[in-house]
Amino acid sequence: MTPTPLVALVGNPNAGKSALFNALTGARQKVGNYPGVTVERKSGRMALADGRPVEMLDLPGTYSLTPSSPDEAVTHDVLLGRQEGERLPSGLLIVIDATNLDNHLRFALQLIALGLPCVVALNMIDMAKRDGLKIDVAQLSAELGVPVIPTVAVRRRGIDELKVAIGNLAVSGALAIRPSDPAIHEDVVTLQRRARAIAVAATTEEDFKRRWTHRADAVALHPIIGPILLAAILFLMFQAVFSWAATPADLIDGVIGSLGDAVAAAMPPGLLRSLIVEGIIAGVGAVVVFLPQILILFFFILLLEATGYMVRAAFIMDHLMARVGLSGRAFIPLLSSFACAIPGIMATRTIDDAKDRLTTILIAPLMTCSARLPVYAVIIAAFIPDRSVLPGVGLQGLVLFGLYILGVAGAMLAAFILRRTVTKGPPPGFMMEMPRYQVPIMRDVALGLWQRALIFLRRAGTIIAFTTVILWVLVSYPKPPVGYTRPAIDYSIAGRIANSLEPVVRPIGFNRDIALALIPAMAAREVAVSALATVYAINDGDEDRQAKSLVGRLQGRWSLPTALAFLVWFVFAPQCISTIAVVRRETNGWKWTSFMLAYLFALAYVGAGVTYWASIALGL
Amino acid sequence: MNRSMDTAAVALITLDKMPFKMAGRIAHVDWTLLAERDARRLRELGVDEGVAVEKLHKGPFGIDPIACRIGRMIVALRTAQAAAIAVEPDTAQ
Repeated sequence: MTPTPLVALVGNPNAGKSALFNALTGARQKVGNYPGVTVERKSGRMALADGRPVEMLDLPGTYSLTPSSPDEAVTHDVLLGRQEGERLPSGLLIVIDATNLDNHLRFALQLIALGLPCVVALNMIDMAKRDGLKIDVAQLSAELGVPVIPTVAVRRRGIDELKVAIGNLAVSGALAIRPSDPAIHEDVVTLQRRARAIAVAATTEEDFKRRWTHRADAVALHPIIGPILLAAILFLMFQAVFSWAATPADLIDGVIGSLGDAVAAAMPPGLLRSLIVEGIIAGVGAVVVFLPQILILFFFILLLEATGYMVRAAFIMDHLMARVGLSGRAFIPLLSSFACAIPGIMATRTIDDAKDRLTTILIAPLMTCSARLPVYAVIIAAFIPDRSVLPGVGLQGLVLFGLYILGVAGAMLAAFILRRTVTKGPPPGFMMEMPRYQVPIMRDVALGLWQRALIFLRRAGTIIAFTTVILWVLVSYPKPPVGYTRPAIDYSIAGRIANSLEPVVRPIGFNRDIALALIPAMAAREVAVSALATVYAINDGDEDRQAKSLVGRLQGRWSLPTALAFLVWFVFAPQCISTIAVVRRETNGWKWTSFMLAYLFALAYVGAGVTYWASIALGL
Repeated sequence: MNRSMDTAAVALITLDKMPFKMAGRIAHVDWTLLAERDARRLRELGVDEGVAVEKLHKGPFGIDPIACRIGRMIVALRTAQAAAIAVEPDTAQ
C-alpha cells in the first residue's frame, strides 16, 4: 500500500496561505507539534475530484530558504527532508500574492529549483485587478516552467482548478532532490532580479495604488490617533473579556454543578464518589468555566491578526518596546499572553533575534493571563469594598486594573534589567512587512477558535484532571487515627508539606492555609481557589464547597495585608506547570527555565512581602 | 563604498533623512553598514537598487520606526537600517 501523498503549502508570509489551506481542507485539520520545537504542525486531508486523498501540510510562511527564526527553520528542514517526524513532501503548492509578484516570485523560484513537483497558486488575483494589475498567467507559467492557477482563497475561487493541478502532479513518489541546483544557493539579489524580470514581463501595470490600505494607515498609524485607537481596541478587548463572558461562564458553571449533583445522587457515598464529584468534576469544572473568557480573548487576537492590524500595533509599540531593549515584534506574543502564556510563548517563534526572543519568553508569564482571574476575583470580592471612587469607576475594578498594570510594569522592568545583564546583546532590529488590510474571513476565525477550544479542553481533561486527583489524594490521605483532635487535613500529606512550608511564607504574611493552597496551584493558578475552598470546607466540616461561600470564609480568616500580599504574589509567581513545560521546550533545556522560575519566585516573594509590611505600616 | 562618487550626478538622500511623503528609487545600498542578519532581511523584503520607495509614516513616540513602501510592499524598519539606503528622489515631486 502506498502512503497518502503529502503536498506542502509554502510561500511568503501574507500570501494568503492559511486561507487557501482552509479552503482546500475545510475543517478536516490536525494541529500538532513537531518533536522538540513548539512550531505547530498543521495538516489536513483533501479529496481530489477522483476521490484520491492527499495530505496537505501548511508550512510556516517564510521569505527564503535561509531560515532566521525557529518557524522558518521548520519550513527549511521539511523541504529538504531533514525535519524529524516528517517525510519529504511529494509535491509543493507554492502560494504567491498576485499583488506582490516581484517579491513572492523570488521565493517561488528558489522553491521550484528544489526539484519537487510544483503547482503555483497565484492568490489574491482579485486584489491585483483592483490594484490595476493585469497578469498574463500563461506567460508566467511558461517562465516558471510549472502550472500556475489563479485563485482567490477567501472567495474559494480557483479551488477546483487547483485540485486538478495537484492531482496532475507526479505525486506518487518524490523526485530526487537536487540540492546542488545553483538557484537554491544563489544569493537573494540575483534571484530577486530574475523574479522582477519575470514579474515585469508577465504584468501589465495600469495604475498601481492600494487606496484602501493607504487610507486606513493614515488613521491607524497617525501619530496621535494611532495610539489612541490602539488603546481603545485593547480597552474594548479586555472589557469584552469580562462582560461578554459572564453569561456563558455562569451557564457552564450551572451545567457542571448539576452534573456533580446528578453523579452524587446516582452513586453510593464513598471514596469513588468523592473522587469523581469533588476531585474530577469540581476540579476540571473550575477550569472549564474560563473557556468563554479565553475564547473571547483569542477571538480578538485572531481578528487583529486576520485584519492585518496586529503588525500596525507592533509598529506603534516598537519605540516603547525599544526602550526596554525589545522590539515591536515582541508586542504580539505579549498581547497573546494576556489570554494565556502558552500560545504567547509559542508566538515568539516568529522573532528572529535570539536574545529578543528569549527575553520575551522570560517575561511573558508576567502578563496577567486568564487563569489569574478567578484568584483575583475571589480575593477582591472578599476584601475590597464595592464602592465607587469616581463616577462609573469602582474601587474593585480599579484594583483589578492595578494588578494588570503591576504585571506589565514588572515585565518591562524585568526586560530592562535582563537585556542589560543575562540576555545582553545588540539591540534587535525591527523589520516587518505590513500586509494589506483585509476583511477577516469569519469561517477561518471560527476554525481557529475551534482549534484553540479543543487544545484548551484537552489540557483541562488531562493535566488539570490529573493534578486535581493528586491533590485530592494528598489532602485526603493518610486518614487520621481515631481520637485525632485537630482537623483531618493536618494529618494528611498535604497538611504536613504545608506545615513545613509555612515558616518560609510567614514573613510575607501568608498563613498555613495559603501555603497549602500554593502547592497544588503549581499545576495551574486557578487551582488555588478550589484548593482554598476545599481546605476551608474541610476545616469547617460542612459540605458546601462553593467559591461564593469562600468569600465569607476568607473575610473572617485573613487580614487585609495578607489578602493584598496574596494578590501581589499571584501577579509574579510562575505557578503554571504547562508554561514551565513550554518554556523548557522553547529554550531547549532547564537552564533558562530554572532561571525564569527563580527570578519570578523571587519577585513574587519580595513583592508580596513589601505589600504586606507596607500595608501594615499604613495601618490597613 | 565611496558615496561621493554616486552623488556626483544627482543629489542622493538616505532613506532616514528623506522627508515623509517623498518618493524615489533606491540608488544604492551600503550593505556594509548593516548587520548580516538585517542585511539579509532587507534583501528579502525587496530592498535592491532600482526599486521604487516612498516614505510613508513614522511611529508615534520618537523617530523610530518608519514605514516605507518598497516596491509593492509596505515595510516597517528603523532609521538605523534606513540610513544604509540611498534614494534618488523622483524629479516630478
